[in-house]
Amino acid sequence: MSDANESILRVEGLRTWYPIRRGLLRRVVGHVQAATDVSFEIAPGRTLALVGESGCGKSTVGRSILCLENPQEGRVEFEGRDLLSLDATSLRAARQRLQIVFQDPMASLDPRMRIRDQIAEGMHSFGIGADEAERTARVAELLERVQLDPRTMDRYPHEFSGGQRQRICIARALAVEPRLIVCDESVSALDVSIQAQILNLLRRLQEELGLSYLFITHDLSVVRYLAHEVAVMYLGRIVERGPTERLFAHPAHPYTRALLAAIPSIDPARRGEAPPVLGDVPSPSRPPPGCHFHTRCPVAMERCRREAPPMFAIEGGESRCFLSEAPGRAD
Amino acid sequence: MSALLEVRDLRTVFPGEGGPTPVVDGVSFDLDRGEVLALVGESGSGKSMTAFSILRLVPKPGRVVAGSVRLGGEDLLGLSVTAMRRVRGRRISMIFQEPMTCLNPVVRVGEQVVEAIRLHEDVSRADARDRTRALFAEVGIPDPEARLDAYPHQLSGGLKQRVMIAMALSTRPEMLIADEPTTALDVTVQAQILTLLRELQQSRGTAILLITHDLGIVNELADRVAVMYAGRLVEIAPRVPLLTEPLHPYTQGLLRSMPARGRPGEPLPEIPGVVPRASEWPRGCRFSTRCPVRFEPCAETYPAESHPAAGRRVFCHDVERRLPSEGAR
Repeated sequence: MSDANESILRVEGLRTWYPIRRGLLRRVVGHVQAATDVSFEIAPGRTLALVGESGCGKSTVGRSILCLENPQEGRVEFEGRDLLSLDATSLRAARQRLQIVFQDPMASLDPRMRIRDQIAEGMHSFGIGADEAERTARVAELLERVQLDPRTMDRYPHEFSGGQRQRICIARALAVEPRLIVCDESVSALDVSIQAQILNLLRRLQEELGLSYLFITHDLSVVRYLAHEVAVMYLGRIVERGPTERLFAHPAHPYTRALLAAIPSIDPARRGEAPPVLGDVPSPSRPPPGCHFHTRCPVAMERCRREAPPMFAIEGGESRCFLSEAPGRAD
Repeated sequence: MSALLEVRDLRTVFPGEGGPTPVVDGVSFDLDRGEVLALVGESGSGKSMTAFSILRLVPKPGRVVAGSVRLGGEDLLGLSVTAMRRVRGRRISMIFQEPMTCLNPVVRVGEQVVEAIRLHEDVSRADARDRTRALFAEVGIPDPEARLDAYPHQLSGGLKQRVMIAMALSTRPEMLIADEPTTALDVTVQAQILTLLRELQQSRGTAILLITHDLGIVNELADRVAVMYAGRLVEIAPRVPLLTEPLHPYTQGLLRSMPARGRPGEPLPEIPGVVPRASEWPRGCRFSTRCPVRFEPCAETYPAESHPAAGRRVFCHDVERRLPSEGAR
């Protein structure tokens, strides 16, 4: 594991649960256990992908990092400071360097505002650019950076295609000179040919600006191309973490293996393989006891039904599975 | 033997500022009995509108203005509204991306399938319920008897999709239109539903027109593939040659830009530009504005159909010029 000073973001033991309230007195009757004991770090200029199916808590983690949720436990260290303990003013300042790009650009852009004003809005708030002319010049430069024609800056969001709108959202995030961008399903709604363009753009920006990404997605195939490291989540917990190459070539956790095998392949020889796991993901408000995955795991043992596995260190990462526990190794 | 479904020169338009704007523009294909044909394309390609046109369910103010759709020889576009409604329930069924678009949230799911059966067939409630129970078992719903009395919200996404498939099959249709049937599902659940669809298709011999943007799903289910771009067909081929030796530059670009084919550390080969809006379609080949191999005629004249191999149809000037002058077939 790398030194604390080397990471731009360090999340430790994060827990974010949502209370379920019932009845006249709105008594708390349970919790949606969205994220539990989540730890990871991201180095400058690197990408960590947080992958999982719906309800695994990946977006909750993203939102918790931006302090859009109130985690009950844990630390979110960004550039060496714990965001969860900052007052409102310092948090606002820290947010300048921590941006987010969502899945649906139409929902995150204001339909009645020219795109130049939306991109410049953050510059105003954080005092970037001395005057209007300087900010306009910067908007033009940002649009060029995301491969849009600067002459379109006076247009409105509806005049752009879905892929172009996502470029606008990226330009807006870049406007305040962030160090880390949380990409929450940022390419999931795009057509394949446009998705490739945006993925290439994100990677080029990373190389040019030294950005770090937390890339949240349900789509493992996208991850392989972009991420340096992958963390796989299932029902609120990270079940496996490691460098992308290793995780794809030698997945350690049975859920990672299932997730990889479930992607419909475009290789004609790989048609008609049996589904890797059966059933649906259980509800995060009532996760199964023991290992959360045991109800669907093809290699579950008696122990998995009773006991929750801790994270075990493995070669190239860690895995939350009893089968990853190192046997007493000789020599 | 003639095909189950014959679509010829289908043209569907929506009114636009500069006159009617086509969304489906001269599309022709056949679907054989028991065959799975995938209609593939990105958003705006016209793949869903082609399906809606076949079912005569194009949302207003859009309308089918030309072409023919024959099901077992009968022209669907000429049928009365009542006769067409009968075709839709009994001979062609549809499953959608989002199960809640066709499930009623306040009616027990078993009851909804019973109703669907009794709407089209004169059977007793008890018989229809027995059939529903058997269908639930066939589509892999665990504990079917208990699930008959469940409301949709009590079921997971995967189970709701299974109920919708049971409902679609309840009238024993000859043909199923599946519009992005697994797009809203998690990937591990999607794998199960794809397997179910393949098994049902084999055991029942139902023909499927599969509409999808995902070439992985095409590979899992389809026998043949029709690729659409900007309202037109650009290539039709059996599954394996389409995935291994695509001929149209658009199909080639689509396959290359898939992250699964990308090499880690290298940029993905992208198709530059965006799909043009219908009002900006070039006079010639619709893909000519983004095509890496375009030459003189491409922007001006629409390419004729060429048959580079048995069962393959391609619309591309570049493919045409590279074929021997006495083209195959």
